[in-house]
Amino acid sequence: MLVSYNWLKKYVDLGNLTPEELAAKITKSGIEVEGVEYVAEKSTNVVVGYVESCEKHPDADKLNLCQVDVGEEKLQIICGAPNVAQGQKVAVAKPGAVLPGNFKIKKVKLRGIESNGMICSLKELGIEEKYIPTDIADGIFVFPEEATVGEPVDELLNLNDAVLELDVLANRADALSMLGIAYEVAAILDQPVKLPDEAVQVEESATVANYVSVEVEAAELNPYYGAFMIKDVEIKPSPLWMRNYLMAAGIRPINNVVDITNYVLLEYGQPLHAFDYDRFGSEKIVVRRAKHDETLTTLDGQERILTDENLVITNGKEPVALAGVMGGLDSEVASETTNVLLEAAYFDAITVRKTVKQTGLRSESSTRFEKGVDPNRVRKAGARACLLLQQYAGGKVIAGTAEFDRLDRTEKVVEIDTPHINNRLGTEMTTDDIASILKRLQFDYKQDDDHFTVHVPTRRGDITLFEDMLEEVARIYGYDNLPFTLPEGAGQSGGLTVRQHLKRRVKNFVQGAGLMETLTYSLTNERDVKRLISPEVASSAASPVALAMPMSEDHKYLRLSILPELLNVLSYNRARSQVNLGYYEMGSIFISGQNELSEQPDEQLRISGALTGIWSEQAWQQEKKEVDFYVVKGIVEGLFDFLQIPVTYSQTKVTDMHPGRCAVVKVADKTVGFIGQLHPTLQKQLDLKETYVFDLNLEEVFAAYDAVPSFTAIPKYPSIARDIAFILDKNVHAGDVKKVIEEVGAPLVNRVDIFDLYQGDNLEEGKKSIAYSLLYQHPEKTLKDEEVEESYQKIIAAVNEKFNAYVRS
Amino acid sequence: MKEQLEALQADALQRIAATETIRELQDIKVAYLGKKGSLTGVLRGMGKLSKEERPVVGEIANHVRTAITTALEEKTEKLEQAELEKQLEEETIDVTLPGRPVKVGGPHLLTNIVQEIEDLFIGMGYEVREGPEVETDYFNFEALNLPKNHPARDMQDSFYITNELLLRTHTSPVQARTMQEYNGEKPFKMICPGKVYRRDTDDATHSHQFTQIEGLYVDKNVRMSDLKGTLDKFAKKMFGEDREIRLRPSFFPFTEPSVEMDISCKVCDGKGCSVCKGTGWIEILGGGMVHPKVLEMGGYDPEVYSGFAFGMGPERIAMLKYGVNDIRNFYANDIRFLKQYHKA
Ligand SMILES: [Zn+2]
Repeated sequence: MLVSYNWLKKYVDLGNLTPEELAAKITKSGIEVEGVEYVAEKSTNVVVGYVESCEKHPDADKLNLCQVDVGEEKLQIICGAPNVAQGQKVAVAKPGAVLPGNFKIKKVKLRGIESNGMICSLKELGIEEKYIPTDIADGIFVFPEEATVGEPVDELLNLNDAVLELDVLANRADALSMLGIAYEVAAILDQPVKLPDEAVQVEESATVANYVSVEVEAAELNPYYGAFMIKDVEIKPSPLWMRNYLMAAGIRPINNVVDITNYVLLEYGQPLHAFDYDRFGSEKIVVRRAKHDETLTTLDGQERILTDENLVITNGKEPVALAGVMGGLDSEVASETTNVLLEAAYFDAITVRKTVKQTGLRSESSTRFEKGVDPNRVRKAGARACLLLQQYAGGKVIAGTAEFDRLDRTEKVVEIDTPHINNRLGTEMTTDDIASILKRLQFDYKQDDDHFTVHVPTRRGDITLFEDMLEEVARIYGYDNLPFTLPEGAGQSGGLTVRQHLKRRVKNFVQGAGLMETLTYSLTNERDVKRLISPEVASSAASPVALAMPMSEDHKYLRLSILPELLNVLSYNRARSQVNLGYYEMGSIFISGQNELSEQPDEQLRISGALTGIWSEQAWQQEKKEVDFYVVKGIVEGLFDFLQIPVTYSQTKVTDMHPGRCAVVKVADKTVGFIGQLHPTLQKQLDLKETYVFDLNLEEVFAAYDAVPSFTAIPKYPSIARDIAFILDKNVHAGDVKKVIEEVGAPLVNRVDIFDLYQGDNLEEGKKSIAYSLLYQHPEKTLKDEEVEESYQKIIAAVNEKFNAYVRS
Repeated sequence: MKEQLEALQADALQRIAATETIRELQDIKVAYLGKKGSLTGVLRGMGKLSKEERPVVGEIANHVRTAITTALEEKTEKLEQAELEKQLEEETIDVTLPGRPVKVGGPHLLTNIVQEIEDLFIGMGYEVREGPEVETDYFNFEALNLPKNHPARDMQDSFYITNELLLRTHTSPVQARTMQEYNGEKPFKMICPGKVYRRDTDDATHSHQFTQIEGLYVDKNVRMSDLKGTLDKFAKKMFGEDREIRLRPSFFPFTEPSVEMDISCKVCDGKGCSVCKGTGWIEILGGGMVHPKVLEMGGYDPEVYSGFAFGMGPERIAMLKYGVNDIRNFYANDIRFLKQYHKA
């Protein structure tokens, strides 16, 4: 809502407050002023001048040579505007004048003739182009005859006015009118409100019933409809002051009738509509739901196809207006209009909102109906418009109003009392304090000791509950005056849950292992939602969860894997020459077993990582090392080691992954994710170098986590270490051999590590050598050499039998 | 014999002084004090002495032994020390060469902000709660006093999946879920961080996905001044003890009265600058007293219980605190951005 400071002054005494000071006060009391703008940049030395003569320039067709009286002197001015003419009163920038944009006016010679100043257009005076009436968009501005020659124009044209831009939130429909703002400012400043004049002299010779009747078929959508009849209007420009205020409020003046309806809309917050009575098509107004596929050509020239969700004004035959949203083209007020049928009505907010959504037509009118207008201001607004039509359009207002009326105009009653208010606010207000706040708000009340029965004016439709009144009292009292206290309720122990702690610990671990945390979008595209899905997810998800109305193809589906977006991030960085990266993200994927969603999908917490480029940089005592499978596996192993969860890895093929370099990760035979290298084809497609990833289901990992590990005694007896190197066929997996060693060596073998892998010279073709170190330990005694030797031999025999392996000497 | 012993001592001490290696010292020790050493040899002749002379010579011999032993020990220690010094000198390295590199990872800036806020409220007795990102219409809107047809729940603003399911537009549904879980009986304090989604085109100040943290306190006799005091503590911890806060009336369907909180601008110290658009204040969060209808739908009797709630955007806080000027930075994950803030 744009509020003109000068206009507001007509209703409330603003004292010496500057527009900026007033804005700060309004903001602090609850309606945020987003900015203060001036109608025009300051100009100097521009006055009203009288064009005494106007002739063609002898040497230029498009220029006129004017003699202009500016009071103290007469100036010869050459003017290029097409609409300049003898007898006009115009805005003259005298030599020495400065116009907006620091445009200095000097004496010049144009085609050999002296020009001593400039006749100005509104645009040249700094008014925004979109508010300038279209008929003078290309020309100079012409003042009404009563303007005084020599008078400065800035006040006449309201150029010095400040406009406050208010961000009115959904609850404060009252603040969408000058009167509403006036009540608000009056409460803030503790001042009275001067209400506008609505008393109109009517023509008693006829009554409105002679001209029109009103019938409403959908009373629940239109509880009040009033029609006024104004005869013999003369269409012309509205008075300058009205045009000034409309332009300040962001509305382009059109003609007196349209301007008056707009002016009253802004003043009262009540939308009005003026029909050309003679083109209305009947003497009967019928308000009803539109018929399916009925059409109406609205003011903007567009044909609208309607449904029974829309409410229409008809002439008994066909729609003439879309109720509360926009009038029809056929009955529009035009230059030849003489008789005006004026509508002041109350339309249901939800119906208007639906129509706006359906048609995309949002107007000053619909905005106000959508938020709810004041039921007690509908008739008053109609009367006010009639008065202005009489004053500024020469209209004769016919007595009476054709009405349909089932409007509820009763005021809401809210009970408040001093102790309750103080308890809720933490204040120590007195009953008198509260009474004075109610007076400032101009709310009627009955007081009984410290109890108030408040009659809330209907302009404040947002107040229905004690809490609403609590806010009113608090904001006028001033939020600044509330004390600072802390809750006195019994103390509680806050804190994180085990799961929340675990999430933090897992993040800390992988970060310590060198990975950088990322945050990517949950919504993804059709290509990525199908990529890199962990096998156990792929088997339980039906189809990806999709948005009903996506904004773009890029953000259409809820992700089934974090990895695709993580890879996009790697590509993004690579395109910016950042090629050595280790990234991870912890977040949810969204799994639904349903193809038609009726339940919330399962939100599964996962951690995924993607690594590429150099992992260890070349240093003076260290070789450069690229990321490989075992870097990623090391991090994952480390994580499970840290969480003390036993885990196994087995070679598997996963879509989009390198078929020979991928393993699924299992906890107690349950797949919890996978690790490996991206498929080279996918790498190429994403413009990535060799890239390794991991992806783990943290729900399963956390389920396997033993939150309070029980104490295990530190072993007291010495351990014995033994190493074995086996010569094996190349295709034998080191892990399988390890498993056999562990099984056969149990319970004496405590730990098995692989410490060397050799393949090459000195070995038979197709063979490799893997060295294991075994740690023997008994919890209750010192092991004898013979016991160790016996187990050692058993292990060798078992490995030999199972893998056709022999010990390397 | 006495002369013999004294000569032996003088001779030994001179040799010890002249020695430069530990090995030689050991030879000297053997030569004088060993089983076949000179001193032993001299002492062997003691048997020939008279009964009166024996203790006298014995004492002299002991003195000689002690003197030689002490000299040997002192010289050994001196030589060992010299040897150690030499070794250490040889072991000297170039400390200006770089150390073995450690791979440095770190958290995302938003995680840091969220954890900082979590820890701050945990310190004030709050628990941390989470909820689903795909919410029901009921919890996202209806339970928060946003019935169907409410202007604030425009279909255009939310990502619906079905008529009843959508991506949550705020973390407030966690408030509703918590109230339901506590069944209208238990006072509680909680905060709920998480991802939320709105139909916004991504630009410098909008993101279709962003982070939110909301807080809720429900108890008997909760006052609006408690909200003011709590937010003041939060703001001072988060933005500095010298920050002032200001509450302004506002509107949210789930709170009444509603507030918006500004903090005094750090850049200009409240005098007005381009960061605060000349007002001296910067908007940080919204909140208010829990709307009676929200309490009621959560199972709490609004005649008995009251509460306050607040909500804030970690992105905005990070932008203000660290001068990040484009919200897309948080989701682009440019390594050069992430590295600037992982220690934050
Ligand atoms: Zn500032």
